[in-house]
Amino acid sequence: MTEWLNVILQGVLIGGLYAMFAAGLSLIFGVMRLVNIAHGDLIVLAAYVALTVTEAMGIGPLTSLILVVPAMALIGYALQRLLLNRTLGDDLLPPLLVTFGLSIIIQNGLLELFTADSQKLKAGAVEIMTYHLAPGIWIGLLPLIQFIVAVAVIAGLQVLFYRTALGRAFRATSDDQSVAQLMGLDTRHVFAMAMALSLAVIAIAGVFLAVRSNFDPSIGPARLIFGFEAVIIGGLGSMWGTLAGGIILGVSQAIGAQIDPGWQLLAGHIVFLAILAVRPQGLFPKVSG
Amino acid sequence: MSGYSVEHATRSSRVGVAVIAIALVVLATAPFWGDRQTLRLLAELFTFVALASLWNLLAGYAGLVSVGQQAFVGLGAYLLFAMVILAGVHPIAAIFIAGPIAALVSIPVAALTFRLRGAYFAIGTWVVAEVFRLLASQISVLGGGSGVSLPASVVIAMAPTRTAREFELYWLALGLTVLVLAAIVMLLRSRHGLALTAIRDNEVAAQSNGIDVTRVKLIVYVLTAFGTAMVGALIFLMKLRVSPDTAFSVNDWTAFVIFITVIGGIGRVEGPIIGTIIFFFMRQTLSDLGSLYLLIMGAVAIVVMLWAPKGLWGLIAERFGWQALPLQRHLVSTPQDKS
Amino acid sequence: MRDDALLQVDAIDVFYGDFQALFDVSLTVKPGQVVAVIGANGAGKSTLLRTIAGLMHPRAGDIQFVGAGIGRAPAYDVVKSGIALVPEGRRLFQSLSVEENLKIGGQSGRPGPWSLDRIYQLFPVLSERRHLPATALSGGQQQMAAIGRALMSNPKLLLCDEISLGLAPIIVRDIYAQLPAIVGDGMSLIIVEQDIAQALKAASQVYCLQEGRIALQGAAHELTRDAISAAYFGV
Repeated sequence: MTEWLNVILQGVLIGGLYAMFAAGLSLIFGVMRLVNIAHGDLIVLAAYVALTVTEAMGIGPLTSLILVVPAMALIGYALQRLLLNRTLGDDLLPPLLVTFGLSIIIQNGLLELFTADSQKLKAGAVEIMTYHLAPGIWIGLLPLIQFIVAVAVIAGLQVLFYRTALGRAFRATSDDQSVAQLMGLDTRHVFAMAMALSLAVIAIAGVFLAVRSNFDPSIGPARLIFGFEAVIIGGLGSMWGTLAGGIILGVSQAIGAQIDPGWQLLAGHIVFLAILAVRPQGLFPKVSG
Repeated sequence: MSGYSVEHATRSSRVGVAVIAIALVVLATAPFWGDRQTLRLLAELFTFVALASLWNLLAGYAGLVSVGQQAFVGLGAYLLFAMVILAGVHPIAAIFIAGPIAALVSIPVAALTFRLRGAYFAIGTWVVAEVFRLLASQISVLGGGSGVSLPASVVIAMAPTRTAREFELYWLALGLTVLVLAAIVMLLRSRHGLALTAIRDNEVAAQSNGIDVTRVKLIVYVLTAFGTAMVGALIFLMKLRVSPDTAFSVNDWTAFVIFITVIGGIGRVEGPIIGTIIFFFMRQTLSDLGSLYLLIMGAVAIVVMLWAPKGLWGLIAERFGWQALPLQRHLVSTPQDKS
Repeated sequence: MRDDALLQVDAIDVFYGDFQALFDVSLTVKPGQVVAVIGANGAGKSTLLRTIAGLMHPRAGDIQFVGAGIGRAPAYDVVKSGIALVPEGRRLFQSLSVEENLKIGGQSGRPGPWSLDRIYQLFPVLSERRHLPATALSGGQQQMAAIGRALMSNPKLLLCDEISLGLAPIIVRDIYAQLPAIVGDGMSLIIVEQDIAQALKAASQVYCLQEGRIALQGAAHELTRDAISAAYFGV
């Protein structure tokens, strides 16, 4: 019994990471209806940026966030202004294919620079610290920090979206681009800000991913899929929904892995497909109006 | 009195058809003039033409941008290996059985993935391919995660000599590709083809003109799965070995295929053929660069998508008004008998 | 250009792709003036306003506003120079509350007499419903919010596209009754209207568009009914 409780608890905690994958994806879809196929590869890129920064400056991964987050945000802003804004329009193909091309470029660029060897960020003592919650139930400090950060990120995005001028600009631009321009909003800038924000979230997710497990240039697409599944499970357009979606995905995978190690990923995919079959709008769709 | 009739051909398409006929004869006789290396390369090229043409039909005409067609390549491959190894079916028969089975499987897959719109549909198809890959690695009689080779007895039974077998596979690849292309051309020239072209040009307008867009899309999805699985089965019959990672590879069966179609010209039948030739040319000249070559490929695809979205064939067709295949419809004034 | 003009539209041609919507259209607005643009459906009235607001750009000709050329300027810069558009069909932001819709109108940060408080004075009903989503308003209230949103940018020139469209006559009368309060500070106004009587009453200068061309122009009190219907219907 306690064994299963442990499994579920670990699943919930990893769900926080998946929610961060999902939040960045959901954010840009919400603002500009863009689905970024390179999302997972950008997460891996952030992990490598963190690796470089920690090695070059001799700082810990969590401290490196101070540099990695703005660096990724800047990349996001530039990416949107220089490349992705050109792809937006009525046609679905250009953004999809351009981000697909970007995904290939990032993967192979990283391969060229860092080889296919597995890497890991070392966070030091926090990695092994655990708390004893109840008889037989343990919780690692690092997964706990990661989960708390995930909740804070989601809450922060929620506040930004609904309580700030930037969030208002995001929602207005999403509603009606041409009227948004009549309000003095340069939609190209608004979109670039959204992408910058998405990549800031990606940076946090990438660092936690890199601390938690090994990474190499090829693991991006699987992170895209986890994020996507969390978005659809939670329901499009709902930030708290993505957290719930991430947790459901994390728990499904943990339970699957407990039954048979080969079933970890499969269990997550099957829960996703089941939810798509019975409730395609997701569990917590945004209430319209 | 004069009336009108609908014609498909133009002068350039008549020239195109003649060129294609000559090319076919040359290619069909390749075993008699080409070496083993050339035959292998050509056979692989044919399979990519077929895969890219099928993806083009799906994405370029029906607007179903899938990044999960490796699901059906791998499904075809695994169906062939399962039928041959577990049931003793002849490999070539297995190719033709794999098609309809994959078409059947694609119906529930479509029922799920069609619930997702646009780009989310793309990632949804990818998830399905991942599920297929993970399931394939659970099949222990087919080697699980590490895959399985075709038993030597089966290989020997296909043809008496290695050369004869390679000839056989070459003609099979050429034949299957011609079959796929002919099927696509016939589909596009049919009533459904008109609907598809309308959907490609403007989905909303097509819908409001009474075209059942979802139904047409479903038909295309199922037909594409049919063809893709047959090509997948053949590809892995040529490789003689299958594993989950190679059979369901997103790079080999989707990234390359998308690259080919985008470079050649999406939404045009000629595009994938031109694209495959460019792709193979790039691969032969740049593959020494390793991962850098893929990086260049990604960059070229982006540049083409942004600055020449109709691809190379699109540029040529617009510039010179060419079409290699008689697909357009135009009204021709025809003198009629006075009665 | 005339020295005393606030806005000078100078012989513009405007296209949608290959389709030409405006032919050689010129128009002048003086400070504090109310100008009406009338014409049948599809005559190019909305296109004219959208072009002035910077959502579309003339292929030939230019637009001068307070002495500066704005014909090539994007909409988000035009609003900062002091032109606000109340778009046809109101087009409030559905994901924003009433108050957020007004606030985003003030996003450009132009100083001037208009503030949230003053909009709420002008249209008290908006104050009562400030926290509701914009979609919860009635048609007339949505129109008030759309006008308020445009005023929040403190424009020198306000463009109103079919503000009476789809509204009950009594509500239209209420909204038009507020016009003197709006233009009282010296703001200029271009109103596009189907309702000719309403337009003639409010405006001092009238332009009539017909199939993309100016068919008639003059002071509102000088134009005869016959001249207008001739220009309107092209008979």
